[in-house]
Amino acid sequence: MDRQGNVSLRGVAVAYGPVRVFDRLDLEVAQSEFLVLLGPSGCGKSTLLNAIAGLTEIDDGEIWIGGRNVTWHEPKDRGIAMVFQSYALYPRMNVRANLSFGLRVARTPRAEIERRVRVAAEMLQIGDLLDRRPAELSGGQRQRVAIGRALVRDAGVFLFDEPLSNLDAQLRSELRVEIKRLHQRLGATMIYVTHDQIEALTLADRIAVMKDRTFQQIGTPQEIYLRPVNRFVATFVGSPAMNFVPGRIEGAGAPVFRSASLRLPVPGYKFAHAPADGAPVELGIRPEHIILAPDASDAQEVSVEMSEPMGSDLLAWTRLGDLPLSIRLPAETMLTPGDRLRILLPENRLNLFDATNGARL
Amino acid sequence: MSAAIREPRGRRPWKPTPARLGLYAFLLISALFFLMPLYVMVVTSLKGMPEIRQAHLLNLPAAPSFAAWSKAWFAACTGLSCNGIRVGFINSLRIMVPSVIVSILVGAITGYALSFWRPRGAVLLFGVLIAVAFIPYQVFIYPLVRIFSYLGINNSVPGIVVIHTIFGLPTMTLIFRNHFAALPEELFKAARVDGAGFWRIFGAIMLPMALPIIVVAVILQVTGIWNDFIFGLVFAGRENLPMTVQLNNIVNSTQGEREYNVEMAATLLTATVPLVVYFISGRWFVRGIAAGAVKG
Ligand SMILES: Nc1ncnc2c1ncn2[C@@H]1O[C@H](COP(=O)(O)OP(=O)(O)O)[C@@H](O)[C@H]1O
Ligand SMILES: [Mg+2]
Repeated sequence: MDRQGNVSLRGVAVAYGPVRVFDRLDLEVAQSEFLVLLGPSGCGKSTLLNAIAGLTEIDDGEIWIGGRNVTWHEPKDRGIAMVFQSYALYPRMNVRANLSFGLRVARTPRAEIERRVRVAAEMLQIGDLLDRRPAELSGGQRQRVAIGRALVRDAGVFLFDEPLSNLDAQLRSELRVEIKRLHQRLGATMIYVTHDQIEALTLADRIAVMKDRTFQQIGTPQEIYLRPVNRFVATFVGSPAMNFVPGRIEGAGAPVFRSASLRLPVPGYKFAHAPADGAPVELGIRPEHIILAPDASDAQEVSVEMSEPMGSDLLAWTRLGDLPLSIRLPAETMLTPGDRLRILLPENRLNLFDATNGARL
Repeated sequence: MSAAIREPRGRRPWKPTPARLGLYAFLLISALFFLMPLYVMVVTSLKGMPEIRQAHLLNLPAAPSFAAWSKAWFAACTGLSCNGIRVGFINSLRIMVPSVIVSILVGAITGYALSFWRPRGAVLLFGVLIAVAFIPYQVFIYPLVRIFSYLGINNSVPGIVVIHTIFGLPTMTLIFRNHFAALPEELFKAARVDGAGFWRIFGAIMLPMALPIIVVAVILQVTGIWNDFIFGLVFAGRENLPMTVQLNNIVNSTQGEREYNVEMAATLLTATVPLVVYFISGRWFVRGIAAGAVKG
């Protein structure tokens, strides 16, 4: 099997009976890229992944993998391997048989099967579990075996469908690192589905944010995080969530953001397209981008309502006038409710969204 | 001990209430109600005819003897031949074993195909199959006799095996489909990615996971087919009449004095197979039914 793995979807349409999931979807994934499909439940991530794998019939369009048109190929002939959320281990087979099942189906020589199973088991540290049944494994071990089963296929493209969502937080971050290491080591293309924005930000070379069966934004984690193209992406990515302040943009030459309790000149803001004078907008800023400036003359004053220590830092819930505003502060900050803070909202960290359709301005 | 009134601690003590006593009484009476006929049959089969004529139905046999059992097995007359009920026993085995295997296999494959491969019209097909199960099967007998004699498999063991397979199909398909439908679909997808096809997925993954349901199916089919009377009478042919039909002949064709002990023994012999199946597999049966709720 050749190990090429660029993936290309061209005008793909998928429907479940009368329910249309995708109308015309295009996506390019480069060789060795780690692409994360990120979106809330039901937005079509699994459907897209299944279409790439050949597990869901597509109604229109083409799917290319490794330079071949595989639109009509069976899943096994597409040069892909897949890992599922429920692990999907064969319950009546031990780990060794689970790992080797695909190779046995393909009538791979016994010595080669043994070699590949050994390599995969070593890589995932499941060597001493080989004779156990899936029922005798913990969740983390099961998912390792499931990843191992994908590894032995020696495929150019790995598809992951929420592989970590059934694990507890500790294991999740452990395996996350392991998957990233695996990607660096194998150099294979990986398409990874998740609804967890942390996973997306930590793993991805590029993130494709999805909502309602369409791509909202495709870009590097940094682009997605710092320059979300609309209010949905801004809200969905980042935790704790971005603050939003409704208001208006005034003044064509030197634009000023204005709301009941905030007046903020934004002369240097790089508008994608200039709004009309007085247009309703929403100003967005992430809690960690707000800075304390006790002595600045143009600072805003907020009052602390409560604070949440998060270990590595502290989240202050404050009010600017009557607007809620959360601010991320160093962990050792001492705050009591009622304290007043003077803050700055740096212009280069601001996001302005059209209040009517949520698009970035 | 001074502590007559104990502080509540640990397991709550068991206290009989009137409702509970009533429940036990009811259970006891029900059990007796069903055990009484069995008891009468067993003691009667162990008595000689003179003792039976005294008509003390419930008395234990004065001198228990297996003579009646021996006669029922080796020498009871069914119609003209007097070779005992063992002929029917052999016939029933010859019918039951292939019928059970084939009907379960066909039902399992159908249920598997319907739940994972979803051929076009699968829902309709399944609906029709279940609907047909509610039509009284007597309706089908005459047309089937005509079809079978046209095909030349009337009055043969293969013919009756086909009959049992057809009439077992709705139930078998239903229980297997429900079992497979409860399995995660990702298991099937994983096997597809691994390159396994229709039969490989069935044989290597789905069938091994269906073991508890197979046990249930075996019990249903063994008892159902063993107890069958009408299909055996109509389709098996005179050479292959099952045990139930021969038992009927013994009971109904006695000349002169009725040999109650022999009839009781023959009946008990006929009931042996389902009884043994229940005793051996009762636990499995319950487990299999319960396993439907638990993931494999
Ligand atoms: N087998 C199916 N039949 C009909 N609709 C489906 C089926 N599977 C998924 N859908 C619909 O397609 C949409 C996308 O589902 P899915 O790809 O599973 O979302 P995600 O993986 O992002 O949670 C959902 O609205 C869902 O209701
Ligand atoms: Mg999904």
